[in-house]
Amino acid sequence: MSDSPAIIHGAPEAEGHGHHAHPPYLRHHFESVEQQADTTNFAMWLFLLTEIMFFGGLFTAYLIYRNWYYPAFVAASHQLNIFWGTLNTLLLITSSFTMAMGVWCAETRKQSGLVLCLILTFILGIGFLGIKTIEYKEKIEKHHVPGFHYSLNSFLNPDSDEAAKAAGDKPLPLDMARHTEIYFSLYFAMTGMHALHMIIGIGILGFMIFRARAGAYTNGHVTFVENFGLYWHFVDIVWIFLFPLLYLISRHANQ
Amino acid sequence: MTEEKELLETQHHVVSPKIYVAVFLSLLVFTGLTVGASYIEMGVFNPIVAIAIACIKMVLVVLFFMHVRYSTKLTMLTVGCGFFMFLVLISMTLADYISRAWGQW
Repeated sequence: MSDSPAIIHGAPEAEGHGHHAHPPYLRHHFESVEQQADTTNFAMWLFLLTEIMFFGGLFTAYLIYRNWYYPAFVAASHQLNIFWGTLNTLLLITSSFTMAMGVWCAETRKQSGLVLCLILTFILGIGFLGIKTIEYKEKIEKHHVPGFHYSLNSFLNPDSDEAAKAAGDKPLPLDMARHTEIYFSLYFAMTGMHALHMIIGIGILGFMIFRARAGAYTNGHVTFVENFGLYWHFVDIVWIFLFPLLYLISRHANQ
Repeated sequence: MTEEKELLETQHHVVSPKIYVAVFLSLLVFTGLTVGASYIEMGVFNPIVAIAIACIKMVLVVLFFMHVRYSTKLTMLTVGCGFFMFLVLISMTLADYISRAWGQW
């Protein structure tokens, strides 16, 4: 048998990893741990780019429809509550911070710190969804969910609606008022897709808490936590744009 | 061989918690700024200011929370290409809408 490691690689004698020393998590088709980490990082970013294009389509639709049916979009956005939106932004930014700290704990092999960070991220994510539920409930009660039961009342008689009255809305003509339904369709599509990403993320976080308690991720192999962190921060970035576009930019636009 | 592996492993850049805290605080400040700015009447500049602040927040998250500042050139190029391509797609779509039937809907 040759003394070259390249030739004995994969041969029967190489069973049991006796042929060369390497961390157990290094897959055989990679040269080094660094190459493995760079490759998975690159792959994760490619996935995130497809996500950017996906949400980008929704943002573009919002941009075009807002320009087309501007008065309807302004009046409809006055129905959103800035307090809940701001609180949700703070929750999500904080969860991004705890997630980043979780990655640091994994890198520096602090198991209890990692578990704590993951649990905090989990709780903040649940909190975000809880507030989203309060907001959705209000939309359902006011019949602002697009469909057969959609009500134009807040836009035809703004004085009868607390939020519309507070924003100083004027009654919209019927054809323009009908276009508020497009705003709410986009609102539910965008925040709903964002919430779905949060739900998936929270599910993976639960799995990671379970695994981290068993000692995973703090053995030098941080790829999973790191790439999940990228996903979680991406979801945060989507909200960073949703918040001003849906809640803030139409505050002053109707006078 | 083992020493080489360990050397490679230590090349993994660990971003310090100080940077995370600084980024977190800036994100909170920018959130406050964007909410405050929405209560000020600026006409056409309201959306511009809001989106500019959102872009700054995004860059902070991408560079530091997502470690792109410390990543390989391949990752930097991938991220850059992705955002550039996204802007190209948006501009081309908008160019079509602006030039075709603006005001006729």
